[in-house]
Amino acid sequence: MSTLRERLSRRAALLEEVRAFFRQRGVLEVTTPVLGSAGGTDPAIEPFQTRYHGPGADDGLTLFLQTSPEFHMKRLLAAGSGDIYQVMPVFRQGELGPRHNPEFTLLEWYRLGFDHHRLMEEVGELVNHCLGEERDLEKRSYCSLFQERFGWDPLSVTPETLQATAAAHGLEVKGLEDRDQWLDLLMSMVVEPELGREKLTFVHDYPASQASLARLNPRDPRLACRFELYVDGVELANGFHELSDPVEQLARFEVDNLDRQRKGQQVLPVDRHFIAALEQGLPDCSGVALGLDRLLMLATGASSLSEVLSFPLAQA
Amino acid sequence: MATYSTNEFRSGLKLLLDGDPCVIIENEFVKPGKGQAFNRVKLRNLKTGRVLEKTFKSGESVEAADVMDKDLQYLYNDGEYWYFMDPDTFEQVQADANAMGEAVKWIKEQDLCNVTLWNGQPIAVEAPNFVVLEITDTDPGLKGDTSGGGGKPAILETGAVVRVPLFVQTGEKIKVDTRSGEYVSRVKD
Repeated sequence: MSTLRERLSRRAALLEEVRAFFRQRGVLEVTTPVLGSAGGTDPAIEPFQTRYHGPGADDGLTLFLQTSPEFHMKRLLAAGSGDIYQVMPVFRQGELGPRHNPEFTLLEWYRLGFDHHRLMEEVGELVNHCLGEERDLEKRSYCSLFQERFGWDPLSVTPETLQATAAAHGLEVKGLEDRDQWLDLLMSMVVEPELGREKLTFVHDYPASQASLARLNPRDPRLACRFELYVDGVELANGFHELSDPVEQLARFEVDNLDRQRKGQQVLPVDRHFIAALEQGLPDCSGVALGLDRLLMLATGASSLSEVLSFPLAQA
Repeated sequence: MATYSTNEFRSGLKLLLDGDPCVIIENEFVKPGKGQAFNRVKLRNLKTGRVLEKTFKSGESVEAADVMDKDLQYLYNDGEYWYFMDPDTFEQVQADANAMGEAVKWIKEQDLCNVTLWNGQPIAVEAPNFVVLEITDTDPGLKGDTSGGGGKPAILETGAVVRVPLFVQTGEKIKVDTRSGEYVSRVKD
């Protein structure tokens, strides 16, 4: 067991490595608000909310602790910031486990003129740099991964086949409604633990139904230009060739909110500043968010986040 | 009907699954960054003792099992059931051979046992970790042999058979670890 000083030093060293990496590439460090008037609408990510009272808001103003700095950083990009990165605490409601803490540190960066494949290469360089390793990059399309592992195509698989495949892996789960939930189940429980073994495995071209904030593949709109990085069975980063169309973005927020309503979740305000920035014009870019605490966990051989946080939730 | 949400899951919590009472051994929260959250749970079936793994969609509710552990005093066996009494309330319950399991080998009248009750009925009985029992039959060993090697079988008053050192004789009382079924020491009255 390492001492407190050693553990703190390891985190400080990681931050220095990250900063050196981006300084060398001319990517600028920025700081954006932790509290915002809106946040994401993704039904799978629940924000913390709080109220501001005081000058300018006598009746109080609802504020959202950011679940990622994405919208603020894209507003900077639209305003002409150029390549930027940020290390920031983010907050997500309802997430606590060996690889989750409701407050954690994201490293997020954006590269102008990069598509998601070029950004995957850079993510690989950064991760190898921070782990002090020379792992090979492996790129697997989401569809080929499922085809190879289970023998069916995730874009056309029937609910019956999904359920039968899950059952064959000892997963009899009640209450799953749509295809993506079943795919999430198989991904998390069966596929993910096998990924990134002695390699850095990038899974890319997700189904459009899991596009999130990625643009759709212009050659095959059933797929989205989104990727995830898995290392030693741990989901480490998520990136997009960013969607820049304000009309489509707004439509996706509205679909998210309909989904929230259907699932009995709170409908969330749409970030108008962000939509306005897209209308003004987001330069062609790709961006990625990487869980810095998880990277530290992998770098130190820790088996849970609580070993790399100064004070995990129970002690915070 | 009491239920627990997955957010209440922790080790030791008792759930009713497929009609059987189970206790949570491990609970792990698993969630893809942009997807559905799950709880992967390892449980022990309290009736069969078998360990199983289950996955729940986070936020779902599961029926609670009315299970509690109590220290009850063993009274007697009528050939079919083993009778136990709550020393505080004097209430009696009867356990069948299934619930008794290995405990039948070790317990004597008056012994306090940890009994798992489901809806008030015993489903599992645990013998005390250490019991003192008299040897009813064992081969006469060599007097003065104190070596631990080998040993010999000895039949105890409950019918259990334990390996004992050669110097231990019929009529003597010995202390046994019921978890391993091994001889610990001789006990002088």
